[in-house]
Amino acid sequence: MGEIKESEVQEPALIEIADGVKKIPGVNAVLGPLNMLVNWGRAGSIWPMTFGLACCAIEMMDAGASTNDLDRFGIIFRASPRQADCMIVAGTLTKKMSPVLRRVYDQMPEPRYVLAMGSCACSGGVFNSYAVTQGVDTIVPVDVYVPGCPPRPAALMQGLIKLQEKILQEQYRWSLWR
Amino acid sequence: MESMEIAEKLQNHFSEEVLDICDFHGQVGVVVKRERIVDILRWLRDSPEIKMDHLMDLCGVDNKKRQGKNLLRLEVVYNLYSIPLRHSIRIRAQVPENDAAIDTVTTLWCGAEWPERECFDLVGISFTGHPDMRRILLPDDWVGHPLRKEYPLKGREEWSGLEELKHKVVQLQEFGLSDGILRTKEGQTQTKGNEES
Repeated sequence: MGEIKESEVQEPALIEIADGVKKIPGVNAVLGPLNMLVNWGRAGSIWPMTFGLACCAIEMMDAGASTNDLDRFGIIFRASPRQADCMIVAGTLTKKMSPVLRRVYDQMPEPRYVLAMGSCACSGGVFNSYAVTQGVDTIVPVDVYVPGCPPRPAALMQGLIKLQEKILQEQYRWSLWR
Repeated sequence: MESMEIAEKLQNHFSEEVLDICDFHGQVGVVVKRERIVDILRWLRDSPEIKMDHLMDLCGVDNKKRQGKNLLRLEVVYNLYSIPLRHSIRIRAQVPENDAAIDTVTTLWCGAEWPERECFDLVGISFTGHPDMRRILLPDDWVGHPLRKEYPLKGREEWSGLEELKHKVVQLQEFGLSDGILRTKEGQTQTKGNEES
């Protein structure tokens, strides 16, 4: 039983848990670029505001239900725009509804994202008529387009994963000066 | 009672008003003048052997491209059903284009209020005596009646409310932090922020 020399202890000072992110052993702390930490937090907790307008809303509900289960991505539907990060526009947006959609979008706090779900939300779809807005991107800035009529729940999940990828690549979104 | 039998009774009772009786796959329609429409429908509702107590639907039709005699430009269709006696009939009241108005039947069925508003909104037939004759589906400041045949599919001009909104959206874009795609004009996209500096 000899004395353990300090040089024999091979414990590293910092453990790298992700690219550029290090954990300090024995302490509840991580070190890393703020961009990465903030984006990681945001991408793992997208709380969407439901804006179900038509049949796409049924598929959105199905995506949130137990078989597909959006909760495992940290996606929890909120009923209020003030608690939401992302708006899923699911369905046909009529012209009469457009001011309401914009108002709901304006009530959401930054950072906010919009996912256009379905052909109608992307481009107006088959409803090239007097009453339907030709794509929600004429009213609000859209981050992810999910095509389909209606898209299957798997397609919506793919869209939300794309949104996560987009959030993870953001730079200085936490700063007012960006 | 068979629908055709009801139609014949109606013709006997209102011989001046009934213009035509047509039968299509067992569905009987009675073409009538518009002047005494409330009397006709009241008689159908209240006679003990007919008892048409349920107004299933009320809708407007533009007859511009329709073949058939005794037809005027517009038409209001009443689909009636008797819940106790289980028979039904269709009444088609003719309305001229230059005076597109007909008496309301909200006095008989209060549920006719919203179908009549819809009919006014989309076909442009106004209902005299209606308690609340406003548009129901389209915005209040909409111009035109979209289900008229001469109305173009895309409309003649953009709705003023949407133009106003798009104008505001462009103004707000200056203050937005979003990286999303905004299409301000046809084929023109605007992205704000995320510019590599």
